Amino acid sequence: MSSMEVGMAERPSNSATPRELTQNPLKKIWMPLPCKNGLPEKHISQRKVCMTNCPTLIVTVGLPARGKTYISKKLTRYLNWIGVPTREFNVGQYRRECVKIYKSFEFFRPDNEEGLKIRQQCASAALNDVRQYLADGGQVAVFDATNTTRERRGTITAFAEQNGFKVFFVESVCEDPEVIAENIVQVKLGSPDYTNCNTEEAMEDFKKRIKCYENSYETLDEVLDRDLSYIKIMDVGRRYLVNQVQDHIQSRIVYYLMNIHITPRSIYLCRHGESDLNVKGCIGGDSGLSPRGKEFANYLGQFIQSQEISDLKVWTSQMKRTIQTAEAVSVPYEQWKALNEIDAGVCEEMMYEEIQQHYPLEFAMRDQDKYRYRYPKGESYEDLVQRLEPVIMELERQENILVVCHQAIMRCLLAYFLDKTAEELPYLKCPLHTVLKLTPVAYGCKVESIYLNVDAVNTHRDRPENVKVSRMAEEALLTVPAHQ
Amino acid sequence: MTLSVCALRSADMTTDQEKNELTQTPLLKIWVPWLGMGGCKLNRRRGSSVPQFTNSPTLIVMVGLPARGKTYISKKLTRYLNWIGVPTKVFNLGQYRREAVQSYKSFEFFRPDNEEAMQIRKACATNALKDVVIYFSKEHGQVAVFDATNTTQERRVSIVSFAKEKGYKVFFVESICDDPEIIAQNITDVKVSSPDYLNCDKDEALADFLKRIECYKQTYVPLDDEKDRRLSYIKIFNVGSRYLVNCVQDHIQSRIVYYLMNIHVTPRSIFLSRHGESNMNLLGRIGGDSGLSPRGHKYATALGTFIKSQRIKDLKVWTSHMKRTIQTAEHLGIPYEQWKALNEIDAGVCEEYTYEEIQDNHPEEFALRDQDKYRYRYPKGESYEDLVHRLEPVIMELERQENVLVVCHQAVMRCLLAYLLDKTADELPYLKCPLHTVLKLTPVAYGCKVEHVFLNVEAVNTHRERPGNVDVSRDPEEALKTIPDHF
Repeated sequence: MSSMEVGMAERPSNSATPRELTQNPLKKIWMPLPCKNGLPEKHISQRKVCMTNCPTLIVTVGLPARGKTYISKKLTRYLNWIGVPTREFNVGQYRRECVKIYKSFEFFRPDNEEGLKIRQQCASAALNDVRQYLADGGQVAVFDATNTTRERRGTITAFAEQNGFKVFFVESVCEDPEVIAENIVQVKLGSPDYTNCNTEEAMEDFKKRIKCYENSYETLDEVLDRDLSYIKIMDVGRRYLVNQVQDHIQSRIVYYLMNIHITPRSIYLCRHGESDLNVKGCIGGDSGLSPRGKEFANYLGQFIQSQEISDLKVWTSQMKRTIQTAEAVSVPYEQWKALNEIDAGVCEEMMYEEIQQHYPLEFAMRDQDKYRYRYPKGESYEDLVQRLEPVIMELERQENILVVCHQAIMRCLLAYFLDKTAEELPYLKCPLHTVLKLTPVAYGCKVESIYLNVDAVNTHRDRPENVKVSRMAEEALLTVPAHQ
Repeated sequence: MTLSVCALRSADMTTDQEKNELTQTPLLKIWVPWLGMGGCKLNRRRGSSVPQFTNSPTLIVMVGLPARGKTYISKKLTRYLNWIGVPTKVFNLGQYRREAVQSYKSFEFFRPDNEEAMQIRKACATNALKDVVIYFSKEHGQVAVFDATNTTQERRVSIVSFAKEKGYKVFFVESICDDPEIIAQNITDVKVSSPDYLNCDKDEALADFLKRIECYKQTYVPLDDEKDRRLSYIKIFNVGSRYLVNCVQDHIQSRIVYYLMNIHVTPRSIFLSRHGESNMNLLGRIGGDSGLSPRGHKYATALGTFIKSQRIKDLKVWTSHMKRTIQTAEHLGIPYEQWKALNEIDAGVCEEYTYEEIQDNHPEEFALRDQDKYRYRYPKGESYEDLVHRLEPVIMELERQENVLVVCHQAVMRCLLAYLLDKTADELPYLKCPLHTVLKLTPVAYGCKVEHVFLNVEAVNTHRERPGNVDVSRDPEEALKTIPDHF
């Protein structure tokens, strides 16, 4: 979605002369260059581009321990990764800031007038922050609270209408006591609310807390709420009810929510073994493994076997070096063209020294904004993310999986799993011969880094101090890693 | 569909060194383990850029009263799945019935107490399912769409056990609609002109068909929340205002659900056009990122005039990221959105070459391309097959949209057109998409009406037909025979 650029909207519709086009040097986007007072006007594509017209307010609905916060955080992570600025607003956090110390479930009793007042204030404060965020460049806000009564949802809908936001409800319904108990164990026991309780006390109190909500819970109704846009997720994804999807972003959200699961599994990420071009310090290309790279491949095979992973899927790109690596793992693998390394266009197979020599301007611009920078006739990290979206979607559907890929690719995938920003993404450390084992836990991902003890060149180039176009060659090349 | 390479070769046939030896298939440019001596028991299915993730065949079973859009959905879904590379076929029970009972008399055939008719209808269903088996086992089918009412639980249960026995996955698609206007419109659109009503006037046909629906209503049992909770299905209510999705089993079902949730029946038109003639076009060169020629600019202006004359409500305009499409859109005076996915096919090492130069420098590649233009991938470039996968999000968004003008490129336009007009992979790369011609596509009944509008500005021809001789050993003249003229 982020590489859909919007052409200039402000011009008279019967204007006959087309504007001259110029190619933006960073993103290589063609845009018209009308001049105001001799100065080029900032094109709309350089401002925040949005797929949707008005901002969207996603509102979670459900009893406690139904996975609302899990869904909110995951959805937020996904939307930000694909380039839609999104933030979650968790009312529980507002409540914790307001009521410094949590005593017991009694706070949540429906007849606790004082408690109700505070909770209402917290919800209002959160909605205020939502309004601010969406006015300030945010595109989607996720309002994470129980929102279990029709009245509360009515208030939110009115708030959204007043401000010109679209509303999309995400309700999670679950009656399976095992799932609920597991949720409580995973994320509630460790909550700030229960720092001074033991497991049993916390469990008991939380269950009573849920009870406080149960009597007044009004689930989204097929008839009464038929004009609302929502998805109802039942039993952790066994069943979905989807009503009145209004636009593209809601359609994408529904598709995403229908593909995620919570079955425990691990995702293994690694790069191909060291390649011949790596050794020379060249980027891109389609070379084979160096002798050390082949050694790594063998060790990888052994490592994978030692992990005794059930039903492991293996994915590679369509480039020789990842396939050679996977061959040693002795598990059937699938090749994805989408996992191919970033296309460096005219700089393919060059060393950084050569890029500096032949394209010093390009080299500097890349350092200025490595995420958005597109190689001439090549790609940007931003393009990569778009290309990788179907891979991420399928990764969500899968269970145990090993992805053998490339440096830029691995950075993009890692940024998705570890919720890294666009600024951090291109500088994430993904060294050769190191496997990352990611295991979803609570609201995030546990990462284990396993270096398989085969030496390799370093291919990580840090951002140098001086990123100005006017810099000296030495300044540009300061951070280039050593090579043959 | 999947390039799934089994690396479990017998240990005594390969040394450690050979294990890492790969070779690149010349057509698809896919790296595969080198066969070496004695070959190996590899699963050599055709490669593609995206794994298809289908193991067992899938039987999609439509459910719903007549005139609920089952055939519309069946055909559209089949078209989509085939386009993305999943071999799919529709088995329409009505057609089997028409073959069995040569002439249709009246709705009485469908009365639930018509024993003789029941026997015939049951036999038809059995025959259709027999053909499904043949399609899966002998014709490399991956998905079969069983298009019938399937309104009783009894019928559905028998289909489920049939599928279980054969090892097919089942996914039900139920269409529920109680809006009389929509139903009446359906009947007018597709039933009145059906072979069943050849000799009836419109009112007779409508009356009879409504009675036909009544026959089914009596025994209709929709998929049930409780009883059918273990079945995989999607229920579509009132043409998409609401969906109920239950137990999605795998990737392909997830894709099907996503697709069904994005299509709509609101009338609209899709306009497809290439950029105006470019400077590269004039020189007979492929690819690149050049600007428009003077005639190209003229076309763009004419396109603007044409679009205005069409008085299209809320038209969206899409271009690629390449200069020539953007320059074209600039003449329209309407806001446009740039999609990188709409960029022309990447010709890799052949970018900006003329066909003569490709023949000179890469004669073998040139021949391979003629042998299988759909799957052929340029060295360091793309294939049409890659294009289709790149364009899938564009198609999905096109389905969501209403009036859209897409300004794109020859290969891209061929792919989009193939989707909209249900062309095969073999036809796709040879579809005629000349410069300076707008295609107006309007969905009608089960397909698409196409109007070609040439905007009367001359341009070079960029269409190269498949030559007679596609052998690698051919002479240059044979290879260059079908090249269109250029400067």
